Amino acid sequence: MLGNVSSVEVRSPRMIRFLLLFSRQGKLRLQKWFTPVSDRDKKKIIRDITHMVLARPPKACNFLQWRDLKVVYRRYASLYFCCGLEQEDNELLTLELLHRYVELLDQYFGNVCELDIIFNFEKAYYILDEFVIGGEMQETSKVSVAKSMEEADSLQETMEEYLNKPTY
Amino acid sequence: MSDVVEKTLIALPGLFDSQTGAAKITNRLKQLIKSITELTSKHEEENLIKQELTAMKEQVSSPNTTMKQMREIMVRAMYCEMLGYDASFTYIHAIKLAQQGGVLEKRVGYLAVSLFLNEGHELLLLLVNTVLKDLQSTNLIEVCMALTVVAQEFPKDMIPAVLPLVEEKLSHPKEIIRRKAVLALYKFYLIAPNQVQHIHGKFRKALCDKDPGVMTSSLHIYLQLIRENPDSYKDLTGSFVTILKQVVGGKLPIDFNYHNVPAPWLQIQLLRILSLLGREDQSTSELMYEVLDESLRRAEMNHNITYAILYECVKAIYTIQPKAELLEKAARCIGNFVLSPKINLKYLGLKALTYVVQHDAKLALQHQMTIIECLDHSDFTIKRETLELLFRITNAQNVMVIVEKMLDFLRVCNDDHTVIHLVGKVAELAEKFAPDNSWFIQTMNDVFSIGGDLLQQDVPNNFLRMMAEGSESMEEDEQLRLYAVESYLSVLNGDCSHLPQRFLQVMSWVLGEYSHLQEDLDPREVIHLLMKLLDHRRVSLETRVWLLSALTKLCEGHTDLILDLSESLSSSQDTVLRQQAHELRLLSQDSQIHGWALPRGATWDSMEVDSSLSFLDGFVSEALAAGAAPYKPPHQRHEELCEERALSLEPYVFSLPVSLSSCSITDRQSPTLPSVTSELSDNSTDLLQKAGSSALIFEGVKRVWGKDGYLPQKETTGIAPPVEESSTAVLAPIQQRAAEMLEPQPEPLQQNQEKQQLASSLFVGLGAQSSMSLLGKSEAPPPRFRRKPRLHDSSSSSSTSEKSSESSHSSRSTADSFLYGNLLEEEPATSISSFNHAPKSATANHSQANGLGQNKDIVSMEADRQANTSQILGSDMVIVRPNKLQDRYPTRVVSDLSTLIPSDLKDLPHSDVISLTSDPSLSLSSCRVFKDEALLLVIFISNCTETTIKDVAVQLNCGELETASLRGNVMDYLEENSTSVCHYTLLMNDPQTQVSFTGTVSYQTQPGHTNTLMFSGTLSTVDFIRPLVVSTEEYGKMWLSFSHDVKQNLKLLTDAGDSLRSTLNVVKETLQLHIVDIIGSEGIVACRLLSGAPCLLHCRVNGEALAVWLRSSLPALPDCILYHCQKALAEH
Repeated sequence: MLGNVSSVEVRSPRMIRFLLLFSRQGKLRLQKWFTPVSDRDKKKIIRDITHMVLARPPKACNFLQWRDLKVVYRRYASLYFCCGLEQEDNELLTLELLHRYVELLDQYFGNVCELDIIFNFEKAYYILDEFVIGGEMQETSKVSVAKSMEEADSLQETMEEYLNKPTY
Repeated sequence: MSDVVEKTLIALPGLFDSQTGAAKITNRLKQLIKSITELTSKHEEENLIKQELTAMKEQVSSPNTTMKQMREIMVRAMYCEMLGYDASFTYIHAIKLAQQGGVLEKRVGYLAVSLFLNEGHELLLLLVNTVLKDLQSTNLIEVCMALTVVAQEFPKDMIPAVLPLVEEKLSHPKEIIRRKAVLALYKFYLIAPNQVQHIHGKFRKALCDKDPGVMTSSLHIYLQLIRENPDSYKDLTGSFVTILKQVVGGKLPIDFNYHNVPAPWLQIQLLRILSLLGREDQSTSELMYEVLDESLRRAEMNHNITYAILYECVKAIYTIQPKAELLEKAARCIGNFVLSPKINLKYLGLKALTYVVQHDAKLALQHQMTIIECLDHSDFTIKRETLELLFRITNAQNVMVIVEKMLDFLRVCNDDHTVIHLVGKVAELAEKFAPDNSWFIQTMNDVFSIGGDLLQQDVPNNFLRMMAEGSESMEEDEQLRLYAVESYLSVLNGDCSHLPQRFLQVMSWVLGEYSHLQEDLDPREVIHLLMKLLDHRRVSLETRVWLLSALTKLCEGHTDLILDLSESLSSSQDTVLRQQAHELRLLSQDSQIHGWALPRGATWDSMEVDSSLSFLDGFVSEALAAGAAPYKPPHQRHEELCEERALSLEPYVFSLPVSLSSCSITDRQSPTLPSVTSELSDNSTDLLQKAGSSALIFEGVKRVWGKDGYLPQKETTGIAPPVEESSTAVLAPIQQRAAEMLEPQPEPLQQNQEKQQLASSLFVGLGAQSSMSLLGKSEAPPPRFRRKPRLHDSSSSSSTSEKSSESSHSSRSTADSFLYGNLLEEEPATSISSFNHAPKSATANHSQANGLGQNKDIVSMEADRQANTSQILGSDMVIVRPNKLQDRYPTRVVSDLSTLIPSDLKDLPHSDVISLTSDPSLSLSSCRVFKDEALLLVIFISNCTETTIKDVAVQLNCGELETASLRGNVMDYLEENSTSVCHYTLLMNDPQTQVSFTGTVSYQTQPGHTNTLMFSGTLSTVDFIRPLVVSTEEYGKMWLSFSHDVKQNLKLLTDAGDSLRSTLNVVKETLQLHIVDIIGSEGIVACRLLSGAPCLLHCRVNGEALAVWLRSSLPALPDCILYHCQKALAEH
């Protein structure tokens, strides 16, 4: 059933397969799949991985093996950031990629906490889309990501103001 | 619920009021999230979401819903989906939102689309127009959004629609657009590489982009391109090195820094590219030594990201051509990793070691104590990685300890995937390095009981095959089998209710086959044991079948025990069991049939599988004579059914060369056309099937390869000489230091001693091996269980591929070369020097080197030859076939080489020798030898230089044909001005009018410089057609049994007296047909495709033309033969 999880993208063996954010209680906060996965498999992966990661003792190795994928996870306050990647990939680098993502969130929300992500999850997705595309790092410059977010947002603000006017 | 969340929720209103617009949330979503957090049970949550979804459904279908509201609904739908509820009714609205909304709505719409819809989702088709529109928009943000969605999930068939627009964006003034366009193209390249082939030039422009971000993105593409074909991008090495130098030197804008490290992702990408480029290429490697050194030096800060870079650096250094100084530094670097107290670094260190020991096993020695510690580490991940490392350094001396460690781990491991993975490795090690029989069987018992029924099927299969085929020594085999029987009896005598089915199956097969070897064993005891198992409830149906087969083998003379059983089973619900029970009863009663059907101790070599079911021929022809309809395969019946209803709309998959249309299409009678179409479409399914089966076979070949040829050793021998001096030099001081470090700690002595003991048993052999590799022979001990090369007895494809793997194995395995040291110098037996020997000595030599099986091979080949010549004489054919096909090759004819055709092939009909290709060092020629059951392609490799050429390896590829290398395709040396010969057996399973083959020869004129020479050529069906000698009666029977037929009018040669006879003679000469009979104005002719499918031709003079009616069991064969007949007559 899950065999296809690993065999879909044989041609690109060095990309991230998925990114999950979940809370200490195992509540999913964000999910992004970079390769096509069926809904059933998604549920199974989410269940397995949250279970595995939450069971890890503190200070244990941040890397895990799940089937034929490597799982890299890191806990930030009450939130777990978790990536599935290929066997060949560099786990340490992915760990830092997660950290970079957190930095970007922090920069955007200003002292980010779990609630920011719960209530603004679509923003978290936008930031992710500026940062990683199709499982590959898109922009390594923190400034550029921030800038493109800002541009999009500024437009959003003006649009919002404009649209809001007639309703009042 | 977490306290933090709850507390904050209470303070929510204030919190959000104070936030700026960027974090503003919609009211409904806030409410929803808030109420969900307040819930206490899953059930309540379900109810709430259900309500929410119903409300949303109503809202979306209401015409009054504004875009703004829709956007808000979409966000809520995303939230519900994230919680795992189905909101698929919103998908179409997400697309609508992206299509119709303003920028703000579009953003949400696109996000929803990318979250909701998978790459394959059909609704995506509706998005194409929206994306096209947005790509052309003047609003940058819209363009960005469109590019993002395109890069994320555009399916293959929609790429052409957007490709030109995306391509255009490569020269957009804004770097963010260029960057996204590059990534989108990268994704396109991954999904459909041929569609973006024309823009490779633009990729180069992206690489030179002034914006570092765009350049970084283009590296994704280059990494992939170079991975697939490193040779085409060697010229870029300099650029990559320069870029890396600049990055490492901190020349990039500061905002690319990550924790003060300049653009780490970019660095790593470049390191990966460089390692691919420098692999096995000395001159390219030399270009990058300096920058690699620089990277190692700069990355000294103590942060994860620098370690990530170091790791890639080390990998690159060990992948490219080695340089002593760098290797030393890299080794020290790995030491830092492994010894680090940080667990993540330790893990990465182990991973690096695992990679590096494949090149240099001694490194493991330096860190033996750390490895031992990691083996007992509390963290599962570390343990697993350590075992992976141990697996790599296993040799004959330490195999017992390592396998023991792995089994210990497996016994406590409860992750199925890990178990399957490791158990396979244990089985592999056991087979490769087993020191004795009892250990081997015991280990395999553990493998089967731990692996259970999750075990991959090839583990038991390989094990049983090894048991059956045995090794080279009969005595050894007997011992092994005896021991297995003994061991299984004791297992079965114990409690066997918990044993996995696979294990039971293996045991029952071995007992059935070999329990007679143990002379003091009462067969009744075995029968009792097996019958006891049959009664067991937990035993699956499949296992019962295995058990019954075993009983059938043993039952002879013990009818009394069997009768009850067969009686009770013959009323079983399962038809297979019922049939087996029936067979069991009959065979147990009649010892004569039993001995005939199941001969005891028969060798497996003599086993023949008649895949064509020819023993049924009599029955079939009787039935046909009695008026039965000829058999049609299911797909044909289906075809015909369809044909009755509608026209076949399937496209032509199988294409005949263009010349066919020019010379013959007008000749085709219109009524036959539909039938031809049906044959062709029919053929397409056949082709597919064939392709599938051949793919499977290749996989099998690979697997065997992996088992026997220990891949690392090839690499080490390649690198060995330069590494040696340096690393032994490194080794000494480090070992010394390790020893010093150990000495001044006498306190935990006890524990340490234990560990050291373990270390000495784990790492034994590595040191010895290193001294051995000085001699250039790394992997010393020969594998204990060497598979015996199989006799090729049946024409079935699987056995041929088997043979190819065996023979290629025997010619390449270094273990062989070690064992047969100096014998081997003459081994590529076809080298000219050995040709001048008396043929007998060459044969003797050969058989010694390749074992008994090969010898048989030769004998059988000789037998074939005799059969062949007699048949040739019988069909009054000329020995050297005249060959018109030569005209196709414009190159000169190399006639003197034909004397070099190996003696055992000389008497077979063969074509002239033609030159294939040449370069200053080598020239290649080939000759086709027409064996009865195959076409042999003999390739002559001549060394034109005055020096010895080393490591010559020939590889032949042909997708349409089944190829198998017989011998000589790998040579260590090719002396100056000499010629060597290698053979390929080619089989044609799917008839094609013409197939082309390509191939490469790689060789080294001086160490480290591998050159390749490509060659290609074409073969036609004619090369694969052999006369079929049958009598007129046999012909008649066959005619009726074939279903694929084609009718056609051919040109009749009227210039000679007997026009029919002369026409047929012309055809016969070109195509090697057999004229069965000529009666009046009708003639019947027969041929076949190698030793496989026959094709029958029925010719009748019809006025000025010759009406030919072809029938065959293969759908495409008549068409191919017809084509060549037409060609032959036209050329006459």
